Amino acid sequence: MRRVWQYVALVAYVVFLAFPLLWLLSTALKTPQEMALTDPTWIPREPTLANFGDAFGEQDLVGASVRSLVVALFASVITVAISLPAAYAMARHRSLINKIAIGWVLVSQVFPFILIIIPLFMILRDLDLVNTLPGLVVVHVTFTLPFALWMLQGYVRAVPRELEEAASVDGAGRLRSIVSVVAPLLAPGVVATLLFSFISSWNEFMFALVILQDPEVMTLPLTLVRFTGPEGVARLGPLAAASLMATIPSLIFFAIIQRRLKSGLMAGAVKG
Amino acid sequence: MTATVTRPAPPRKPRPARRGISRETRELWVLMLPAMVPVLLFSVGPLLYGIGLAFTDARNTRVHETEFVGLENFTRLLGDEDFWASFQIGAIWSVSVTVLQFLAALGLALLLNEKLRFSGLARVLSVVPWAMPPVVIGLMWKLVYHPDAGVLNGLLGTDINWLADFSLALPAIIVVGIWAGMPQTTVVLLAGLQNVPKELYEAGAMDGAGTWRRFWNITLPQLRPVIVAITSLDFVWNINQFGLVYVLTQGGPGGRTRLPMLFAYEEAFRYRMAGYASMLGLAMAIVVLAVLGLYLWRQMREAK
Repeated sequence: MRRVWQYVALVAYVVFLAFPLLWLLSTALKTPQEMALTDPTWIPREPTLANFGDAFGEQDLVGASVRSLVVALFASVITVAISLPAAYAMARHRSLINKIAIGWVLVSQVFPFILIIIPLFMILRDLDLVNTLPGLVVVHVTFTLPFALWMLQGYVRAVPRELEEAASVDGAGRLRSIVSVVAPLLAPGVVATLLFSFISSWNEFMFALVILQDPEVMTLPLTLVRFTGPEGVARLGPLAAASLMATIPSLIFFAIIQRRLKSGLMAGAVKG
Repeated sequence: MTATVTRPAPPRKPRPARRGISRETRELWVLMLPAMVPVLLFSVGPLLYGIGLAFTDARNTRVHETEFVGLENFTRLLGDEDFWASFQIGAIWSVSVTVLQFLAALGLALLLNEKLRFSGLARVLSVVPWAMPPVVIGLMWKLVYHPDAGVLNGLLGTDINWLADFSLALPAIIVVGIWAGMPQTTVVLLAGLQNVPKELYEAGAMDGAGTWRRFWNITLPQLRPVIVAITSLDFVWNINQFGLVYVLTQGGPGGRTRLPMLFAYEEAFRYRMAGYASMLGLAMAIVVLAVLGLYLWRQMREAK
């Protein structure tokens, strides 16, 4: 009897979690005529992929995707490039900086974004970076950095120090031992951090909303939001199609790291 | 683009290497510097600047002489009815989303821990909201709630404009908040459940404790640190929520879903009242810290 109730509860959860997703999919595959029906249907009678094509015509989605891709690529590569040395330092020398860095990760969570974004907007305006993609890259790097640093130093810590020492006993220089011993072991961690930074930037909305006001430079989340407004029913199909496409990079990322999620990422003890 | 990141000098330069400083310390600074410069310049700096702005009449325009006004913004905030309305909505939103999200996630985590059949499907589904861009989550639920083409009115046979209804808009976005935030909480609680030593349950079963007693006397106390950590984080994330609700309702109808951050955003970027909006942010930060401090202090005292 207990089992029965457990299954009932499990089904309820599955329904709650899945039904908005299925509806999004269903909407993306419907024709405008079917959308206008008073009694909405779950399974489209004449499934169509036309919405995906229309989505590209409605707004500058191709341009927005390219801009999002460029911003996310630059932001993730720069984030990892500058946090890798720092992560190495943090993992190898236990010092006060360590505690300060962790402290900052926590503080940056508590303070509301408005307190940072107003002055940041003013600073970027003075640097003529408002309404530019480099401006957004700078902001994304800054705000992904603390967490990327935290992730990376966990990976560095997992590489035994003895390996480095062994290499130097064998006559390898310090740099040499880092490049040929630490780097290969660190590669999976670096890739995971790159992916994490990429997705954070790809999904980010708030800073982009403030910094990019000109439709010509808007990233994908902003362009998607511009789809809505006083819209007619006919535009919902393309909107749903575009939303699905915007989710693809994140889905790929989560498919890759899914197995590690449970143990590693959340506990902070990330394993390479 | 790298040049723009590193060009301006940091506000606080590292002390020049004195003779007493070891090679190791110098190396530490060199390695840390590339990461510290952007954080200091674009996040610590602005944060301090923002706290300063809260005590001025700064406008978000180029042509305005900013003056120090002391606590004037704060007294104005206390007398601002719109702020109090927004504050109340923020409190209802963040407390109810945090609590309901926790209860829902705890239930799901317990079920997933039971190793039922098909729990793989639920496990994957419970991670999906995490993988979606917040904007897409908002748009997706707009489609669900859509008065004409939405599935909800179709299912219930109603004709309600959920997100535009004065009394239903807030509950409607709370449901979205729960849906969006459940994954993290579930994953964390599940990890916590799997770390509870099996021996405790065996000992409990030997003593004849039923399911409910085992849950109350073993699972919950063992999970306590995890619960405290995740509910604190959820609360902070929820009270600072912006994107999801901005996409869903933009704070409407008639300000019924205008969370404090949406209010501050409007003040800062629509009415250009930078100083006032900063004070609002500062006040919210203090409230959050106070609530969090009280909560953590009580939990620690009870744990002893």
